[in-house]
Amino acid sequence: MAQIETELQLLKAEAINMWTLVNSQLSKARLAFLNFDKDLAREVVSKEKRVNGSELKIDRDCENIFALFCPVAIDLRFLLAVLKINSNLERIGDIAEGIAKYVIDAEAHFTKELLDITRILPMYEESVKMLEDTQEAFEKEDTILARSVFKKDDFLDDINRQAHKVLERHLKDHPEDTSQALWLLSIIRKLERVGDQAKNVAEEIIFYLEAKVLKHKNKFV
Amino acid sequence: MESTIIKSKGFNASFGSNHVVKNVNIEIPRNHVIAVMGPSGCGKTTYLRCINRMHELIPGATSSGEMTINNENIYDMHPIFVRQKIGMVFQRPNPFPNLSIYDNVIAGYKLNGIRLPKAERDRIVEHSLTRVALWKEVKDALNKKGSFLSGGQQQRLCIARAVAMEPEVLLFDEPTSALDPISTSTVEELFHELKANYTLIIVTHNMQQAARVSDKTAFFYMGELVEYDETKIMFTNPKDKRTQNYITGRFS
Repeated sequence: MAQIETELQLLKAEAINMWTLVNSQLSKARLAFLNFDKDLAREVVSKEKRVNGSELKIDRDCENIFALFCPVAIDLRFLLAVLKINSNLERIGDIAEGIAKYVIDAEAHFTKELLDITRILPMYEESVKMLEDTQEAFEKEDTILARSVFKKDDFLDDINRQAHKVLERHLKDHPEDTSQALWLLSIIRKLERVGDQAKNVAEEIIFYLEAKVLKHKNKFV
Repeated sequence: MESTIIKSKGFNASFGSNHVVKNVNIEIPRNHVIAVMGPSGCGKTTYLRCINRMHELIPGATSSGEMTINNENIYDMHPIFVRQKIGMVFQRPNPFPNLSIYDNVIAGYKLNGIRLPKAERDRIVEHSLTRVALWKEVKDALNKKGSFLSGGQQQRLCIARAVAMEPEVLLFDEPTSALDPISTSTVEELFHELKANYTLIIVTHNMQQAARVSDKTAFFYMGELVEYDETKIMFTNPKDKRTQNYITGRFS
């Protein structure tokens, strides 16, 4: 096997480990948020350093492969994609940390009514699923699965768009929930960003496998 | 911890009054692949030929300073003994044209007058050809002339000939410059396998080859060793401006 193939396989394994770690961070932040579990939230915050370390390692390895092996064609696209995916995953890691910090700072569990009207829980589940799907698409080189992520992002965008009005209406009758509403709105905004990042990652997977640039294009044409 | 096998200290080499290798200090770790690169006339091949004392074969050639293998001064040893420990492979595949593949592999023993039982010769031939991934391709044609092989196979046969003497170090002078890309790739893959048993020092004009195959890289310029470091560092963050200019093609 040519040395570059070995290096690319190792890089792929590292990227998958990063994905698994970030997914675990996002899922744990969700559980911490659901159960108001401050200990679990603290664990997410402390593990963020690992995500950062993993990002730096992948960046360095990409730099070395570029410098030593001058990759071309699919190898070049793979490396360019991994660099960008790495950056997107790190940002999702930051978002998981941010949600965990809200849980640590929040004074009381979010009310069921607020959770229901904002639809934040299905939104959170969908964003975790999107991230899982991108990982599976990357591992199995499945561009159909990668494309399915675009549709899921619309669901997140819809919830995000409506959150402001839903909360505004609620706060007219329940001004005492203002603080919680602001927390929730912030988390919804963060989850919407997770959707965007997952979509970016899916675009990179398609770029790497099919050499098609889907950025800034209508994905459903 | 990695141990040093070849060490040069204040090493110089000249052709008459032409000082071509200037005060080179370098430590080469065991079981590593070392690439030596630099522009034409920088002294890299001369330095390589000093390691197994081939430089002195040229009339008017001189050298000074310290060159050791396993802390023993190479220039205090008998040259034949040095060349048994330090094998060399050249730019163009040069199997002995009148010898069979079998006899090419054990040529080093024959030329040195070492007589071996047939079984031992057979073992060396199979072992050496296996080491260079050539055994399966030629095992049924051992009595054919080496010159019947393709360029890449001939070069691997030459490496097998060097390996047959059980050296500790293998020197390569532009080993793939006469080969096509597929043969080059085969030989480059071989380097990775050989380093488990030998230390490889490869002079190459091909920067990408240096980057692909070596653990450490030395950059020579106008007879000086400008920089010597891990290949990853040399190709991502060289310390010397001259190295940077050379590897980025901005050399004037």
